[in-house]
Amino acid sequence: MKTFSYERASSPQAAADAALARVGSRFIAGGTNLLDLMKVEVETPAHLIDVNRLGLDKIESLPGGGVRIGATVRNSDLAADQRIRKDYAVLSRALLSGASGQLRNKATTAGNLLQRTRCSYFYDISKPCNKRTPGAGCSAIGGVNRMHAIVGASQQCIAVHPSDMAVAMRVLDAEVETVSARGRRVIPIADFHRLPGNTPEIETSLQRGEMITAVLLPPPVPGRHVYRKVRDRASYAFALVSVAAIIDAASDGRIRSARMAFGGIAHQPWRVTAAEQALAGAAMGPSSANAAADRVLAGAQGYGHNDFKIPLLRGTLTAVLAEA
Amino acid sequence: MKTDDDEALASRLERLWPERMPDMSANLSDAVPVKRRTVVQAGAALATVQLTGCATTPEPQLAGFIDPPMPERPPTMMPVSLKVNGRNVRVTVDTRTTVLDVLRENLALKGSKKGCDHGQCGACTVLIEGRRTNACLSLAVMHDGQEITTIEGLGTPERLHPMQAAFLQRDGFQCGYCTPGQICSSVGMLAEVKLGMPSHVTRDLQAPGALSDEEIRERMSGNLCRCSAYPRIVEAIRDVAEGRTS
Repeated sequence: MKTFSYERASSPQAAADAALARVGSRFIAGGTNLLDLMKVEVETPAHLIDVNRLGLDKIESLPGGGVRIGATVRNSDLAADQRIRKDYAVLSRALLSGASGQLRNKATTAGNLLQRTRCSYFYDISKPCNKRTPGAGCSAIGGVNRMHAIVGASQQCIAVHPSDMAVAMRVLDAEVETVSARGRRVIPIADFHRLPGNTPEIETSLQRGEMITAVLLPPPVPGRHVYRKVRDRASYAFALVSVAAIIDAASDGRIRSARMAFGGIAHQPWRVTAAEQALAGAAMGPSSANAAADRVLAGAQGYGHNDFKIPLLRGTLTAVLAEA
Repeated sequence: MKTDDDEALASRLERLWPERMPDMSANLSDAVPVKRRTVVQAGAALATVQLTGCATTPEPQLAGFIDPPMPERPPTMMPVSLKVNGRNVRVTVDTRTTVLDVLRENLALKGSKKGCDHGQCGACTVLIEGRRTNACLSLAVMHDGQEITTIEGLGTPERLHPMQAAFLQRDGFQCGYCTPGQICSSVGMLAEVKLGMPSHVTRDLQAPGALSDEEIRERMSGNLCRCSAYPRIVEAIRDVAEGRTS
């Protein structure tokens, strides 16, 4: 690990200001991903700004019916919160399907959104990676790419975002609240995670010196909440594909509305409006599921080892809809 | 030259440990034959735009994760106060020092083990402020003023913690290397159950039911045992959960 200096921020604004003032600084909250990356020297911050103990660890009900989740609320606390379990079950389920008990006790809401990809070439500093070194090349294209993207990838990067929580946040239309020298800003989750394009090193729409203070959930959405994660082991593994869904079905089996977001397949939580439109008003069944899957998978492309994700996603979506 | 065998091995390893498997075999000169030059040029152009933007304009700049290289500085030393197993201790450490290294190297508490050092195996699990935590992924400076309980603080050979006694009675280990982490983790896990916290396998989020074997296995999945003593570990935890040991 490279050397670094350390400070404990006195307020969110002070933390944001410190990050703007010092090149090479990083915020640290749970640290479960950042420290891991620092140990392999993928991350080499010169300065760490500790944003724990700033009072950002609260979950509050909002007057309009939504919920404000502080940036440093631990994943385990968020999953166990009674409001989240009752009204946003897809979020609890997604959180509980990620990592281990120990990691969830430490990992935070904002840190989970900001997780880096687990692409093995990104982690291996002896291999070229455009995300680490722009212009170096992508080792996963033509390499071992079983875990990689099937939609939204580019010739520069086929990595996936590893989070389960973010997929649920996407289906819930969450918003990311930030603070910077310019004041408060609220970013819709749909605009938060970027596709790799020609700049895979830029993963979010956060600006320099901008810090996440909370994630805002709108009022609850009616329907059955499902998070289905398909992985190599029964527990403690990243998703091959995952589906977060909120399905509102009438008693005759007709779908009133369906919201779906997908994990493990793209550089961002993946959501396709056309697929949801295809389901609205349709009868539940294999043909409507296939029509939705066609739209989710529009333009999908495998890179060899991960070709299986295309039929796997179709099958998983069909199973989720059959269950709803 | 990458062989089929290499590729099969890498693919198999990635399946076994998909999260963070560094590739063992891919040969990049084989893997990325195309358009390298174009990519490099594009990257250089982008880098120029970014640096210019940074130096001359106050416009918002997206927080890409690439910082200009900086000379490495000497280590920063900082004082840290901890309450370890009920005892107040004060150490001065390099900011890079983890809680695990403070316990083992500064305080000679060697019960907590360094397995993977990346939060994957759970051998370093301790209780920080009562919650099970991977000590290897915790910087000591970030835990200043906090309480830590290690395997040495749970019980002693003369006065075993019920979980330690249960692991002995059920023979919940072979080599014993993962055992301190397993025991600290299971103590923390049962505290979570007592608080009504659900797990991935909990059927009804609103009303978590009994602590089934399936629940124990899921909740303990962050602790690996390479001797595979899992069945007896589950039995030991069940004994304690059901109050069958003293």
